[in-house]
Amino acid sequence: MAVQKNTSAIKSQPKHLLGIQNLSIQEAKKILEEAKSFINLNRSASKKLDILRGKTQINLFFEPSTRTQSSFDLAGKRLGADVMTMNVSNSALKKGETLIDTAMTLNAMHPDIIVIRHQDSGAPNLLSQKVNCTVINAGDGRREHPTQALLDALTIINRKGKIEGLKIAICGDILHSRVARSNIYLMNMLGAEVNVIAPKTLMPRSIERLGVKSFTDMKKGLDGSDIVMMLRLQNERMQGSFLPSKREYYEFYGLTPEKLKFANKDALIMHPGPMNRGVEIDTKLADDINVSLVKEQVELGVAVRMACLKLYCK
Amino acid sequence: MKEKILINARIIDPSQKMDEKGSVIIDANGKIKIIGKDVKKSDASSSAEVFDLKNNILIPGIVDMKAFVGEPGYEYKENFRTLGQAALSGGVTSIVTMPNTKPIIDNVSMVDFIIRRGRDKASVNLYPCATLTRELEGKQMTEFGLLSAKGIIGFTDVIRTVQNTQTMARIMDYASDIGVLIMQHVEDYELSKNGCINDGEVSTRLGLEGISYIAEKIIIQRDLSLLNEFPCRYHINQISSKESLDVIKRNKENGTNFTVGVSINNLSLNENDIGDFKTFLKLSPPLRSEDDRLALVQGIKSGLIDVIVSDHTPEDEEGKRLPFAQAATGAIGIETLLPLALEMYHNESLPLKKIIETLTINPAKILKINKGSLIKGSDADICVFDLDTPWVVKGDVLKSKSKNTAVEERKLQGKILMTFLNGDLVFKST
Repeated sequence: MAVQKNTSAIKSQPKHLLGIQNLSIQEAKKILEEAKSFINLNRSASKKLDILRGKTQINLFFEPSTRTQSSFDLAGKRLGADVMTMNVSNSALKKGETLIDTAMTLNAMHPDIIVIRHQDSGAPNLLSQKVNCTVINAGDGRREHPTQALLDALTIINRKGKIEGLKIAICGDILHSRVARSNIYLMNMLGAEVNVIAPKTLMPRSIERLGVKSFTDMKKGLDGSDIVMMLRLQNERMQGSFLPSKREYYEFYGLTPEKLKFANKDALIMHPGPMNRGVEIDTKLADDINVSLVKEQVELGVAVRMACLKLYCK
Repeated sequence: MKEKILINARIIDPSQKMDEKGSVIIDANGKIKIIGKDVKKSDASSSAEVFDLKNNILIPGIVDMKAFVGEPGYEYKENFRTLGQAALSGGVTSIVTMPNTKPIIDNVSMVDFIIRRGRDKASVNLYPCATLTRELEGKQMTEFGLLSAKGIIGFTDVIRTVQNTQTMARIMDYASDIGVLIMQHVEDYELSKNGCINDGEVSTRLGLEGISYIAEKIIIQRDLSLLNEFPCRYHINQISSKESLDVIKRNKENGTNFTVGVSINNLSLNENDIGDFKTFLKLSPPLRSEDDRLALVQGIKSGLIDVIVSDHTPEDEEGKRLPFAQAATGAIGIETLLPLALEMYHNESLPLKKIIETLTINPAKILKINKGSLIKGSDADICVFDLDTPWVVKGDVLKSKSKNTAVEERKLQGKILMTFLNGDLVFKST
């Protein structure tokens, strides 16, 4: 597939991708459109382009990540950028200092793109005020994970042909989930109807104001849905008791073939990973290639990130 | 000192139910000699200095019940000199200072130091508080009796709350006997843990942990229950939500005796103003919804809330240039206290008299100090302001050492023209 070399960055775009909330529908569609062109490229034998030749991309990860980090890493390399990944291990106390100090240091090295993941909501916004290169959010606290939502959208479009009119159920630890928030914004924007399902203690306050219906009963929440997005229980973000036990959680909120029956017959399952098998999802279901899109999500993640890097890097 | 006569003033002094055009004569000792519409120029001595106030408003100097100085230990944020200048340019002549300094003011030896230091460096009346508990730990009460004798005006753990109910009960029981003022910050830590803004749509969108109004309400309910058993002088530093007001209303109606404060920030801003992670608006208690804000304004109108405080909390830029969850809490506000409060007059939410009352005589009564009033014989602490002059807040030109104002670029109406302290003109707008 021929790829235009000369596509300029999105002109009207602020040069940072900080969240879906700041994105217009045209911008979102443009990214998805661009990403489609990379899907086949990534499947071909020769994957390397030179769109970002001479550009420097720094992946700044304050939180451990495997798939997002490697995905951004590959995406940058396939576009010809020089990619450097920094895993910033930090003590709780020095987090903030490290962010600004590191940002200033890195900025002095003239990177073109910084991809940041940080445990604090809003950290990429702060970073974007301090550096003069493009900042791409690879997940901040519980706020946003825009490229995850975009890759989820691309995966759905790839399978279902569209998003508009679909019913999407997002189930699990909504409270701590940036993936849920970004997906709510994006799927709503693209015309889907979104249900969120969680036990009350893991449901954020005023979530309906984000344009979703909320359910505590999984069966009701799944009713008629075309896509079931399962989320990981983020035990590392939980302080104190949110749930009686994993066993009870699985009983009421774990996705099993029985519960999936409440969704549409041709419903597909997604999960941003990593999965807690037997906690939020039945292990066989997770691996069932007829219903599970998990592997495809990972695959298309690279294409979406290539699109973002290309469009946002001036 | 020469006698002074301030003529052509609109005098508003709620302590004597006065709102009239008139004059004030300050005697040679810096006391109010005579005040009101009947004062004639001939009542002053012929050598008296004359100030024509040109129909601007004259009120008692403002009494701010909650400000942080920074001395000792945080001089880089604010010191007595800068706080004094900031206060006077805001018409504030009496300040209750907070004890969460470094070292903490929780023992008698510290009190001498700050009183001396304050007297030397700040040309403003200072009323230091000591902590309610040693080291702000919420465990061991401080020496209320000894500290009061040294000149401590009240006891507060500032932004910390005594969590242990038994400890609080004993504090109130002990305090009720010796008549000291307890000023409580109301927050249940377990409920507010890790929270940094109001729990609601904004916290959900920003991905920040929220602080529910329940964290405030539950401590108020607890303390007021205890207060019925141990009636002491009890003041709630700051409330932030409508729900708290409901509890306060019920208890005041039942005859429980206590007083309530609110920060000017919670009256002027709401959670939406936080926008894209503006850390200058990270406050404790947090900014809440517009409904809460409106309820608080009503709370002042109905008298459920007694005082407005600046909650002046200077923080340097480094402390604020952090991801929101890690950023320092608080905003400066002593200079903008009155002009911001006047907004509620200009937008017709509150009568002027009510606003002045909450800034002058009400706090003075709670503190049992002879301030906040211009009744004959009282200290001539006076603020003169123009009700209408428009201006725009710029942190850079504020006198406070730290520039973390929560109302940067806000368009305000009303400007302080002159401040007198004990009869001396200590601030004049240029």
